[in-house]
Amino acid sequence: MATDTYGAEHGAEAAGMPQLEFSTFPNQIFWLVIALIAIYLILSRVGLPRIAAVLAERSGAITNDLAAAEDLKQQALDAENAYNQALADARAEAQNIANATRAEIQKDLDKAIAKADAEIAARTAESEAAIAEIRAGAKESIKEVAKDTAKELVAALGGKADARSVTAAVTARMKG
Amino acid sequence: MASNTEQSAGQTPKGTKGIGFALIAAAILLFVVGLVGTKDPALSIHPMDQFEIKPAFGGKDLSIFTVTNSAIWNFLAVLAVFALMVVGTRGRAIIPSRIQSIAEMAYGFVYKMVEDVAGKDALGFFPYVFTLFLFIVVTNFLGLIPTSFTPTAQIAVTAVLAMGVFLTVTLVGFAKNGAGFLGLFWVSSAPLPLRPVLAVIEIISYFVRPVSHSIRLAGNVMAGHAVLKVFAGFAGALGAFSVLPIMGVVAIYALEVLVSFIQAYVFTILTCVYLKDALHPSH
Repeated sequence: MATDTYGAEHGAEAAGMPQLEFSTFPNQIFWLVIALIAIYLILSRVGLPRIAAVLAERSGAITNDLAAAEDLKQQALDAENAYNQALADARAEAQNIANATRAEIQKDLDKAIAKADAEIAARTAESEAAIAEIRAGAKESIKEVAKDTAKELVAALGGKADARSVTAAVTARMKG
Repeated sequence: MASNTEQSAGQTPKGTKGIGFALIAAAILLFVVGLVGTKDPALSIHPMDQFEIKPAFGGKDLSIFTVTNSAIWNFLAVLAVFALMVVGTRGRAIIPSRIQSIAEMAYGFVYKMVEDVAGKDALGFFPYVFTLFLFIVVTNFLGLIPTSFTPTAQIAVTAVLAMGVFLTVTLVGFAKNGAGFLGLFWVSSAPLPLRPVLAVIEIISYFVRPVSHSIRLAGNVMAGHAVLKVFAGFAGALGAFSVLPIMGVVAIYALEVLVSFIQAYVFTILTCVYLKDALHPSH
């Protein structure tokens, strides 16, 4: 590689590969080992423990946060359950109150209806008695009117009204 | 062996588009400026020069303690790791800042890889594996800054990394399993006459591991950087037609961003696979 153009100034060097210049090896190896030891000490004494601590702390923080989130979620669930429970209780109580009120009203209503029925029956009986009386009175009056009319008719026709026969005739007629 | 582990390699970090474009623009600018300065661009394509180890503060001699360009970029990589993993996470925030979140993503990425691939009992090696991953990924990305130096393109560096993994795996394997670690080479599910043959193959493949492990990383990074340099050299030589190589540079640069991450990922996941062998040597 490139030995032709090389020759003039770099004649001494082996085949154009400075990497194979063995006289530089001890020097290179010396500085390399120094650098590696330095890096090793930097890493093992400071760098790696620090990063390991940071990573552990971070994963701990994440775990804690997740646990806290789980806790809060549980609390929210509990609160929701309590709310639902309260709602169901209130609803049941309202139902009870409504039922009780309805039953009370029904009782009052029944009582009032019974009272009204009794009153109606009493009034009906009274009215029926009055009607019967009126009806009886009316019959009597008709007989009276018929007798009088018959007497007047007989008198108008020139006869002499015999009260007893007229009454008998009217009674017979009224029966027929 | 690594057949079931090569998933989700395409998970590249998002949201760095703006920075990527800025870097690419800067790269083009620097290449253009650098080439205008050279006298005869057609003859000055030296794609391998960038891998030379040089003393950073002048001087010629290179002893073992000389501060070189490689040493400086190693040091910058350490600094970048410090900025990301220590400065970036200093807030210790439950809700992370951007940099802290990158550090946490890298942590989680490698942690999960070690756990899934090598098993839970391999988590003791997590700092070691994470060190390898961060060093490779940071030096790769720093190496993409134009005119910088990339230690991971050096065989010496990747060979040390791979040999470290190889020795760790071998020592841990014998320490945890004793002679039972040799069961790794004795394929008990194969027919008996085949087993010695397979044992030879397994032993060869075991000792080739550090070679492939190191050359894969260095080769990928080196090839990418060399190709970038070649395209850039053409851009200087072609005059008005340099638009084409510059577009090539942009495309290769985008590919190199991907390769930088993927090679770090591959190196790390292979380390995990080898560790799994050390801890659970049965087939």
